[in-house]
Amino acid sequence: MTPGSEIILEARGLTRLYGRGSEQVQALNGVSLQIQRGDFISFTGPSGSGKTTLVNLLGCLDNPSAGELDVAGRRIFGGGAPLGERDLTRIRREIFGYIFQNFYLIPTLTVAENVALPLAFYRKPGVEGEVDRLLALLGMEHRRNHLPGQISGGEMQRVAIARALVNKPALLLADEPTGSLDTQRTQEIGEILQELSARAGLTIVMVTHNPALASLGTRRIEMRDGQILDA
Amino acid sequence: MISRHQIAFKNLLRKKARTFLTLVGIVLSSWVLVSLLGFNRGYEAALNRDIDNMGYQIMVMAKGCPYEAATMMLQGGAGLRYIEEDVAKGIETRPEVAGVTPILMQAFFDPNKGDGGGIAGYYGVDMQTFPAMKPFLRFQRGGWPQGSEAAEAVMGFEAAELEQREVGDSILVPEKNVELKVVGILERTGTQDDGTIFVPLKTLQRVAGLDKITTIGIKVKKDADIAKLEAALYQLPDMQVVSFSQVKQTIMKLIATARVMVLSIAVIALLIAMVGVVNTVLMSVMERQHEIGILKTMGAMPGDIFRLVWTETLILCTSGGVLGIGLALAFARLSDLLVRRVLPYAPGGELVAIDLKLCALTLVIIVAVGLLSGVYPAWKAGRVRPLDSIRGGL
Repeated sequence: MTPGSEIILEARGLTRLYGRGSEQVQALNGVSLQIQRGDFISFTGPSGSGKTTLVNLLGCLDNPSAGELDVAGRRIFGGGAPLGERDLTRIRREIFGYIFQNFYLIPTLTVAENVALPLAFYRKPGVEGEVDRLLALLGMEHRRNHLPGQISGGEMQRVAIARALVNKPALLLADEPTGSLDTQRTQEIGEILQELSARAGLTIVMVTHNPALASLGTRRIEMRDGQILDA
Repeated sequence: MISRHQIAFKNLLRKKARTFLTLVGIVLSSWVLVSLLGFNRGYEAALNRDIDNMGYQIMVMAKGCPYEAATMMLQGGAGLRYIEEDVAKGIETRPEVAGVTPILMQAFFDPNKGDGGGIAGYYGVDMQTFPAMKPFLRFQRGGWPQGSEAAEAVMGFEAAELEQREVGDSILVPEKNVELKVVGILERTGTQDDGTIFVPLKTLQRVAGLDKITTIGIKVKKDADIAKLEAALYQLPDMQVVSFSQVKQTIMKLIATARVMVLSIAVIALLIAMVGVVNTVLMSVMERQHEIGILKTMGAMPGDIFRLVWTETLILCTSGGVLGIGLALAFARLSDLLVRRVLPYAPGGELVAIDLKLCALTLVIIVAVGLLSGVYPAWKAGRVRPLDSIRGGL
């Protein structure tokens, strides 16, 4: 850890069990880690190693079975009852931005409208002009009035990235962001994420099977059987 | 940048055919609903207007079927039984009575009317009293016959149009081969008077070979006790008393079944539209579960999703309701004609009365029922967990 760097996320003994009774599966087994502001972390590992489960917990998409989580100086999990959907949503919209393998753009909304979509539900102060700024930053300005069906897969993921960043999140969570893209588009998205981390100081937590993409991060964490092999 | 209403509207455009069909269902049900509510209101108003335009509040006639009497009162009909003219003089002396007018109704078979012949209705009216009781009757041309035994006639607007007669022309009384000169044609009243031929009482009695009458119209003094007068009139031997309220009640009884039936149809149409809305919105929610989950990762609360889906329902129902009401207004005359065909008795004038208040009421009903239909799909959408939708495990 760099001296004086700020810890934005800290997990202690995060555990996640699925199922009930004798058919329980331990997807995550007491994972602890710290993430500093500006980190670009890649989680890699075979399928079923628990990386997506971990990112879902870090991103407050799910409640852990045990363990603690502090995000941006706030205790999120630990020491109390599981959080309800409303509380989890409140935390998510204040702290996180998400991108997924499938872009989940709304087909009847234009590129600009898709980027602005989160603002229809929650608008942080100081996000005025973010849609235009992000479209320009991600090279999608000329496509702003196109529908998702009129742009390529790589462009769709750029739109999804812009949508995830429009409310200025502290942390960007990316689950297999290039899983649906070819090599060239994967490289483009990787470069965009790297630039966002390096130039804008954005903290990124990414799950990927792609070694080349994983190598772009500032830290690479290998997972196996619900545990971190190398932090 | 983009509002919830815009998102909801664009969501509806995804499956255009499905949205269109649901919209058609709502349009039809609101059309039916506003037309039937308009009929419910319009029929009673038209009936009241018809009765008011009679100029008298009570009729006395020889005893017979009350339904026939009611129809005869409003529509005219063959004089089935006759009464002496002196009865009218006796009634006129009562303190509650402002005036009486004797009437002879006669129907003659006219072989030249229509395809297979038809009935021509004549009203023998007293020239001294009848015009005074109907001051609202206006003449298009001409006026009332001069003299109580003149061989002259006044034709209602439609009767004159049907017979293609002008003032100065002659008409031949069927069966009797008696010619009458047309001296007046009335303006359209929207009542049964439009199809009637008025002749001086004595003239019609002479033509028919009678010295009696069929009916006595009684105009009651403004603040008189009508019930007391009716009770007194009931004491007259072999006489039947038909009052404004009785006629109204009798006819309303006649059409009560039809009204219940049409209201049932409206309710069924509404229920079908409701099921259509539930189906459309629910299907749409099921198809968009991934997206709804993603909206939640972006910060949409369950209430936001509920409102978004509810807004879709609101847009569907409001646009369908407005279109349906518009169609009902545009085709009100057609509805009027259809209703007239199926009713046992239809008063003159506008039967399907649709006004702004009724349109607003119908829109409120359609939107309220639509929003009620949208509650379940919206609630279901609000409960989608983002993690489940991302996994695709729903």
